[in-house]
Amino acid sequence: MKLDARIPAGPLAQKWDRRRAEMKLVNPANKRKYEILVVGSGLAGASAAATLGELGYRVKCFCFQDSPRRAHSIAAQGGINAAKNYQNDGDSVHRLFYDTIKGGDFRAREANVHRLAEVSVNIIDQCVAQGVPFGREYGGMLANRSFGGAQVSRTFYARGATGQQLLIGAYQALSRQIGLGAVRMFPRTEMLDLVVVDGRAKGIVVRDLVSGKIASHSADAVVLATGGYGNVFYLSTNAQGCNATAIWRAWKKGAAFANPCFTQIHPTCIPVSGEHQSKLTLMSESLRNDGRCWVPKAKGDRRAPREIPEVERDYYLERMYPSYGNLAPRDISSRAAKRVCDEGRGVGPGGRGVYLDFSDAIARLGENVVRERYGNLFDMYHEITAENAYQVPMRIYPAIHYVMGGLWVDYHLMSTLPGLFVLGEANFSDHGANRLGASALMQGLADGYFILPYTIGDYLASSGAKRPAADAAEFRAAEEEIQARTKRFLGVNGKRTVSEFHRRLGKILWEHCGMARDAAGLKKALEEIPALRQEFWEDVRVPGSGDELNPSLERAGRVADFLELGELICMDALAREESCGCHFRAEYQLEDGECRRNDEKFAHVAAWEFQGDGRPPLRHAEPLVYEEAHLATRSYK
Amino acid sequence: MNFTLKIWRQKDANSVGRFVEVSARGIRPEMSFLEMLDVVNDEVTQAGGEPVAFDHDCREGICGACSLVINGEPHGPNEKATTCQVYMRSFRDGETITVEPFRARAFPVLKDLVADRSAFDRIIQAGGFVSVNTGQAPEANAAPIGKEVAEKAFDSAACIGCGACVAACKNSSAMLFVGAKIAHLGRLPQGQPERAQRARAMVARMDAEGFGNCTNQYECQAVCPKGVTVANIAWMNRDYLAASLKKIFTG
Repeated sequence: MKLDARIPAGPLAQKWDRRRAEMKLVNPANKRKYEILVVGSGLAGASAAATLGELGYRVKCFCFQDSPRRAHSIAAQGGINAAKNYQNDGDSVHRLFYDTIKGGDFRAREANVHRLAEVSVNIIDQCVAQGVPFGREYGGMLANRSFGGAQVSRTFYARGATGQQLLIGAYQALSRQIGLGAVRMFPRTEMLDLVVVDGRAKGIVVRDLVSGKIASHSADAVVLATGGYGNVFYLSTNAQGCNATAIWRAWKKGAAFANPCFTQIHPTCIPVSGEHQSKLTLMSESLRNDGRCWVPKAKGDRRAPREIPEVERDYYLERMYPSYGNLAPRDISSRAAKRVCDEGRGVGPGGRGVYLDFSDAIARLGENVVRERYGNLFDMYHEITAENAYQVPMRIYPAIHYVMGGLWVDYHLMSTLPGLFVLGEANFSDHGANRLGASALMQGLADGYFILPYTIGDYLASSGAKRPAADAAEFRAAEEEIQARTKRFLGVNGKRTVSEFHRRLGKILWEHCGMARDAAGLKKALEEIPALRQEFWEDVRVPGSGDELNPSLERAGRVADFLELGELICMDALAREESCGCHFRAEYQLEDGECRRNDEKFAHVAAWEFQGDGRPPLRHAEPLVYEEAHLATRSYK
Repeated sequence: MNFTLKIWRQKDANSVGRFVEVSARGIRPEMSFLEMLDVVNDEVTQAGGEPVAFDHDCREGICGACSLVINGEPHGPNEKATTCQVYMRSFRDGETITVEPFRARAFPVLKDLVADRSAFDRIIQAGGFVSVNTGQAPEANAAPIGKEVAEKAFDSAACIGCGACVAACKNSSAMLFVGAKIAHLGRLPQGQPERAQRARAMVARMDAEGFGNCTNQYECQAVCPKGVTVANIAWMNRDYLAASLKKIFTG
């Protein structure tokens, strides 16, 4: 496998302009000859499908939810970054680029990140034109807030529901194209395989989730925008349906999987309350603009928070990272929370929690201002915990939230399989080993609105319109394989539910490949996961049949893929013998507990190649060359 | 806590459904309503039965997928909360709880508690957007929008498209949903060029989908998990009237 990132030559700031000038175009009359499949309808998928439809391509868009508007981008709360410098506080494209590279602990590709910072400003323009009701100042201009890992205010927001408003903008743009007949939408439809013909991605096989019918769609190119795989950990902030099946099937068909072990743990989530729990709920990072994190100074202090005097509180983020304070990046804040809890100073049931306290902000700004900024988050916290955070501090703890890893893509967002493009969280490209807050929305929309529409044209113009028939041998073989797999799920007839296996897999991963990892634990996980997988195929119980709406069957397919992906995540974590960003190997740390990176050996992207079931995958490396940013020890002190 | 559930079971869109009693045992008050159903479903599965199907996804009150009528109320007993944000501490131990899908002619039941709400998507496709292609946008701060206008537009845009408004209405009217979109875009300068056309097209589609009319009972507002108010319906009626008159006088 050859990893050619196709990074343009020339100075960093001119690479994207230069590449756009070089790329081939498809003339308007020819665009309607090309068929493109977009899988996923979140920010990346909806924006791509809408834009490709506007350009004149024939587009089909697929989502497993009942409507494209439900994709999980909708749950993003805090905001979207853009280098507008409206606050006149020293922001610029270069600064957003550098913050993102540094935030990713120097494990992202420079050229991609710079392009992301460049197009960030266009995204805000586009969204405002669609009618996205961003927060505004009294003079009518757009307002900004601060987010972790930045010393400027560059985050645009719509109360605490920015993802919802951006997704509705993209959904409406997509709906317009559906109404015009340019895009055909397939809701409640799940991609179960990728079809490769003569080395190129040429279609997909899907299951209609209502009728159970398996069908093939052939195309000139396939775009995967299917989100992240955080649900491999069972408990995460992801929606219940989020899954890795589309990218995992693509991996098994030859697309390289990059940095699977880069999984982000978000510091501010509502702590786990019991075994029954199905998901964890995020409390937006924006809360750390005004909330202060603390734990008691003394171990095992069980007093109510208001009874603990100021001098006996440890505002640990402000103490450890004075220049960023409560806005230290996510990986660093999460580890700090873990550390104080490991010391026995955690609060709440089980001692796995820290306080996020708004009393200073309420005293300074008044309750009304705090309510205006974060009201919906306080309401949500109240619904879940029955506690009033205006009166008592919130209790929070880190949880799995996002994955930086994903399918490997080049500068054109194309995977190692020609004709297969991967956007948004499903690819690996922009966030290195740690993503900064408010950058996921930016990346999803950058990929879909402003990058893919150019690069896919270049691919189509060079490869020509040669679609196989949807009943070609490759499609029939894939369909038969899916039918056989369905039969296998339904035929095990064991004693244990799919959710039990999922929960057990999550426990293994959280324990051995969560916030801290080491070789011994990872090796243990690499023994436990295959054993669990075997047990799954011998003892799982999937009720119902394949030709009806069957949520248990859907989940079985997704969990079966997680049981394979979990192993790859641990292999990657074991092979990366350094600590960087979210990937904290206990063996590689500095004296103060920070990450000890090894740039000499690991300043590269790890890209894994599938070698067949039961055979170890091959690890390839794409070296990361830094022309502009200098590899430095990351410090937020 | 222990409960008796009276759950609507229906094999598929073409079958006749009925209520089936299931017991839920060992439920903890901090469980969400859907987590309680997860527990019941796991038990049913292990006992060799078929679990009950229901729509759900984000489980944090924003995606709009979950859609149960609990004891006769869409999204259950809590104010301004989706089904997924209802917790078992809201119920009495030993209570019998009735669980049904959202019901409306325009929302046919697909299976058990799963209803087809794609009519909402088709209404948006008819005109619930601003026609601006990617790349055409002017600089974002070129047109100032007063803070109050932006806030009010957000209040309308907060709609999650769950359909509780329809399920609560005795006429199965979709006017709260449609009004919220017409008001969201109609309040903003970006929505002005297509304002009349949007109102006409969305209302026509709404009628064609088989939703009923509003008779001012305000049940929709009472059950809306996002606090969308009937002022949006008034806005829609004004825009629709103005658009119809405009058509009569200008053709």
